[in-house]
This record gives sequence, C-alpha cells and structure tokens, in this order.
Amino acid sequence: MADAPGATIQLENLTKRYPGNPAPAVDCVNMDIKAGELVVFVGPSGCGKTTTMKMINRLIEPTSGRIRIDGEDVTGIDPVRLRRKIGYAIQASGLFPHMTVAQNISLVPRMTGWPKRRIAERVEEMLDLVGLDPGEFQGRYPRQLSGGQQQRVGVARALAADPPVLLMDEPFGAVDPITRDHLQDELIRLQHELHKTIVFVTHDFDEAIKLGDRIAVLRERSHIAQFDTPEAILTNPADDFVSGFVGAGAALKRLNLTRVRDVGVVDFPTATVDDPLQTIFDRLRRGTTNEVLLLDRHQRPYKWLRRGDLMRAEGSLARAGTLVHDTVTRDATLRDALEAVLIDNAGRVPVTGRRGRYEGVVDMETLMNSVHELLEEDRLDAVEHQHLLEEQRAQQVLEEQEGTTDAPEELA
Amino acid sequence: MSGVRPEAADPDALPGRDGAPGPPPRAAARPARRVTWRKLLLRPCFLLVLLLATWLWFRGAGLDSVARNSIADGNVWLRLRQHVVLTVVSTFFVLIIAIPLGILLTRRRLRPAAPAVVAVANVGQATPAIGLLALLVIWMGIGMQAALVGIVVYAVLPVLANTVAGLRAIDPTLVEAARGIGMSAAGVLRRVELPLAVPLILAGVRTALVLNVGTATLAYFGGGGGLGDLIASGITNQRMPVLVLGSVLTVALALLVDWLASLAELLLRPRGLEAS
Ligand SMILES: Nc1ncnc2c1ncn2[C@@H]1O[C@H](COP(=O)(O)OP(=O)(O)OP(=O)(O)O)[C@@H](O)[C@H]1O
Ligand SMILES: [Mg+2]
Repeated sequence: MADAPGATIQLENLTKRYPGNPAPAVDCVNMDIKAGELVVFVGPSGCGKTTTMKMINRLIEPTSGRIRIDGEDVTGIDPVRLRRKIGYAIQASGLFPHMTVAQNISLVPRMTGWPKRRIAERVEEMLDLVGLDPGEFQGRYPRQLSGGQQQRVGVARALAADPPVLLMDEPFGAVDPITRDHLQDELIRLQHELHKTIVFVTHDFDEAIKLGDRIAVLRERSHIAQFDTPEAILTNPADDFVSGFVGAGAALKRLNLTRVRDVGVVDFPTATVDDPLQTIFDRLRRGTTNEVLLLDRHQRPYKWLRRGDLMRAEGSLARAGTLVHDTVTRDATLRDALEAVLIDNAGRVPVTGRRGRYEGVVDMETLMNSVHELLEEDRLDAVEHQHLLEEQRAQQVLEEQEGTTDAPEELA
Repeated sequence: MSGVRPEAADPDALPGRDGAPGPPPRAAARPARRVTWRKLLLRPCFLLVLLLATWLWFRGAGLDSVARNSIADGNVWLRLRQHVVLTVVSTFFVLIIAIPLGILLTRRRLRPAAPAVVAVANVGQATPAIGLLALLVIWMGIGMQAALVGIVVYAVLPVLANTVAGLRAIDPTLVEAARGIGMSAAGVLRRVELPLAVPLILAGVRTALVLNVGTATLAYFGGGGGLGDLIASGITNQRMPVLVLGSVLTVALALLVDWLASLAELLLRPRGLEAS
C-alpha cells in the first residue's frame, strides 16, 4: 500500500487564552508548513509549544484564529474526524496498558473501519517500520517493553492509519541519551520513506537541529523568534534571544549538518603490507608528504609510515610507524571527522567505504577550508533569504492595503 | 466510609506480599495467576467443612417441637432462597445505580457535583441500617420491596466511591492520548477509562455484595424474609440450634459470595495490568 504523503498546515492568527488568565498563552501565531516537511517547535519551557501544537488537532480549542490543513479550514469540523487524520505521539508513549502492542497500534484503523485482514497486515508492517520484530512484540503488553520500545510502538500507533500529518510532543523526552539518538535516527529514516508533514515539539535545540527541515524558535506566548532552516538559524540567528538559545558553539553545531561526502576526500600515497620494502621506500622518497598510509591485506588502513620510520625499525614493517587510531565513513558528520583529525597526530583521518576499505583521507586543511566555505555560503544564503522575506512582507502590506479598499467587510 | 476499600483494588501491588520482592515483569504474569488460583481453592474447601460440621452437629442436637417447627416445610431452604434473591437483586440495583452515577460524576461537567453526591451516599451508609429499614417500612409498607430499597441505599456508597476513585486514578495523559488519536468521548470511556477502572470498581462490588448478604438478614424486620427469619426465631424462641443454623448459613453465604466476587475480579481484570 502506498503511504499518503504529507499535507500543508497553515496557522492563521492562532490565539489561545486560558480561562482566568488575561494574557494569552499563544498569541497570534502565523505559520506556513509545507507538505512533507518536518518542522520543529523549540523554545523555553512554558512558551506555548504544546499549546500551539495541540490546537492543530484541537485537543485545545483555539480562542481565535484559523487552522488549515491542505487548504481546508478545520477550525470548525468535528474534532474526532479531524484527529483520525492526524497522528499523535507524546512523551512516555501514551500506550494503553491494558492493550497489547498489536491492539494499541490497530486502534485507529479499527475505529475507521478497516477490514480485519488489512489491519493485521498493517500492524506487522508498522512494527517492521519502527524496527521491532512483529512476531516477538505483537502480543506483549506495554509494561513488558523497555522505554525505547514503548516509544517506537507509540510512533507506530501514530502512523498506523497513514495520516498525512503527524504531531509529536517531546516524544523522546523520557528515554536515555543513547536510545534517544537511535530513535532520532529512526525518525529521520522513516521520514525519508514516508514524507509526512511532521510537527515536532522539543526543548532540546540539538534535537531540533538534527531533525528539523525547518525550526521555529519560539519565545514567550509562542511568538516566533525565527522560523528557518537549521543552517540559517545557526549561522544567522535573528536576534539575541535566538543566539542565546542556539547557545555557544554554533559553528561547531554547524559541523553536525554536513557529511564527509560533501567535502573533498583526497587521495594519499598508500602501500600495502604485501608490497616489497623497496617499493615502499621508493614511494616514501617520491611522495611530497614524506609519508604513506600502509594498508593491510584487506585494503583497510593500518599504519602511518614516515620516512625514517623504516630505518629506525631496521627494516621491520611490523615495528615501524604508528597505528591508525580512527577512521570515518563518508556518512560521518564533519564534527566526527574533525574530532578524529584532532586526536590523530598525523593531522588527517582515513575515509573508509564498505568493509572498512580505504577510499581516501580528509585532512585538517580540507576541513578548515570547507567549514569556512560553508559558513560563508550560509551567510550569503541568509542575507538573500532576509531580502526575500522583506520583499514578501512589503508585498503583503501592499496587498492588505489594497484589500482594505476592496473588501472592508473582511476585516470587520 | 467503612465499606470503601480501594486498597483492595490491587492486592498484588502490596510490596512483599508473596514473599519474593518483584520478580522480573515478563515472568510475573503467569505465576502470579497460578498462585492466586491455588489460594482460591482454599475457600470452597473451608466452606464445605463448615457446612458439613454444622449439619452433623445439628443432627446430633436434640430438637423439640418448637425448634422443629421453625425448620419445617422446607423453611430453611425457603429462607436461604429469599436471602439469595435479596442479595442478588439488591446488588443488581446497586450496580445499575452506582456505576453510571460514578461515571457521570467524573465527566467534566458534573465533576463539581461529586463531593455532594458522595456525601449523600455517605449519609445513606452512616444511618444505622435497621433505622433506615424501619423508616422505609413506615413509608412503603411491609414486604420485600422496602427491604430491597434499604439494602440498596446502604450499599451504593462503596461501589459509587470506588467507581469515582477508579476513574479519577487514571493517568490524564492516557485519556488525552486517547482523545488525541481520535476516540470519541464514548470511545474513550468504553475502551480506555472503564477497562482501566475495572479493578477498583470490582473491589467496590465485592464489598457491596458482602455488605448486602449482611444487611439482608435485617430484611426480616420489614417482613422481607431471608435468613434473618431463622436467626430471629432462634432468638425469640430461645432455640440455640436454629439460631446457629441461621448464623452459619449467613456466614457461609457471605464467604461464598465473596469468593465468587474474587473469582470475577481475577477473570475480569484486564490483562496487562497485573502489577509486576
Ligand atoms: N490547561 C491550562 N490552563 C491554564 N494555563 C495553561 C494550561 N496549559 C498550559 N497553560 C499555560 O500556558 C503556557 C504555555 O504552556 P505549554 O504547555 O504550551 O508550554 P510548553 O512550551 O509546552 O512548555 P514545556 O516545554 O514545559 O512543555 C504556560 O504558561 C502554562 O502555564
Ligand atoms: Mg510542552
């Protein structure tokens, strides 16, 4: 079955006032979310992230304003019908303890009247999707699962009826850092397959950077401080509030967004342990770096060999040179690569492909240059983006002014 | 509030109850069941022995004509049947009054009314049962009806209080999750709230049943029959064996009913809720 791709979401002047509190918890939020986009709401505690999100599926009724999903105004429709088309996953999974994993996952399909056969298939499909073995987990009760497994089932339940929109409120907030990392990776993989429109709430900025196609940094009353790509927010925070939230080391965080494959992997003189000593000597003398990377029999990086090393070891390859500490793959982030380079006193790190085979190296210089280029590019992008926004705003203002003369009753 | 026993809702949750502290959750589900089944067998055996002993003693005791009169014409059987009917019918009414009322009182709109209603139910139970019965007989006349109403009023509280407590104890984030994935209000109640409240509600029902067996002995004063009749005639005629017979039968019935209720608790309790 082909999964339905995402829908657009528009929030128009969305406002929520809780009874007994004159100040609104969410004040006039406007936001356009594209179909298939993963948008992260991030902001300090109590700024209204959850409230804003729950207004999208109307668990909290907006005081005023409008929500459009795929263009349809859903502010007035039956909330139960609305919610069946919006997946919902929350912290600590929200699984029902008296239902098995399969029953939990099949709830929404059952409520919407899917045929039995298809529901059973769907449960297995969903468990597969979130990386749990259907045979093993279907019949278990939630309390027989670990926190991370519960969270996976929670996501599976949210996706079961194939909703175009998925709301997630700190879904990974209650698991340990390592499991959280895994779950985030899984979500990224899932999103690559499914292209849902996802609204994800967190107060962890690093999580936001890792997951978001775009990030909405919210300040008190859900005012949008900045709504942009992670790159743009890191390199060009809109104001002090955002930079405060980005925290120290924005440039370092930027390194997390780029992969080794995106920067130059360069060749390096190599030799294998099976080469005759004379060949290795020749290469050392001919090379510009006075150094070769020695590979083992399976073409895996083994040792750094400098001129003179062989001499000192009296011609014994086994004793000469220094062992390779660390390697990275093309999928590693620049941050990982930088760390490896810094640790290795050779000032470079071998890049490996399948089965750890040598493919090239990344050195300090390449890294520095790429980072500078990236930052510069980001800066230019941001400036351009800024211009674009200003133009759009000017356009809007113009249209509104024209609108007042054409249709004054709309504003009344 | 003597009749309320929320603590009975989750006997397995008491720490160290089965000696070994917390076996791993995965293994816990089945063994916990088996142990309880074995415990369940004790009660009927004990009841059999009790009834047999009473019967033997009764046969050995010399009965005069007055005593014999009290138990003639299948009177014992009749009173026992009346007693069972009183208990069953009253419990039925208690359930259909207290559970829906408890549900209503936990809905958002009626939630503020809960304390007042529970207070009224409390008055029902705090009134001495016999006084209540006397009032009802004056109002409704002699017969089984007055007795039934009295028993019901007396037993509504434990079920009502436990229903309210059971529904309130549910983690609100679960209810919100249920709404969030698109359940209607009725769906949330049926699929999530009631199943999760079942253990506490059943504990209340068990209390009410036992209470009803006891209160039904008073039905005799309003002409409602039941085992109270045997006990009373034993007392007024000063015939020890008749008195003992009536009392033992009442006790045995209460124990039996309690046993059946605990059986129901075990069977109806949603799987997956057994505490580890
Ligand atoms: N039911 C409610 N009644 C009254 N005020 C509320 C209610 N729920 C939230 N608020 C208030 O609205 C504001 C926003 O709350 P919200 O839960 O949306 O914050 P949040 O950004 O999700 O915070 P957190 O990161 O701590 O989850 C807070 O000041 C909170 O006190
Ligand atoms: Mg929140």
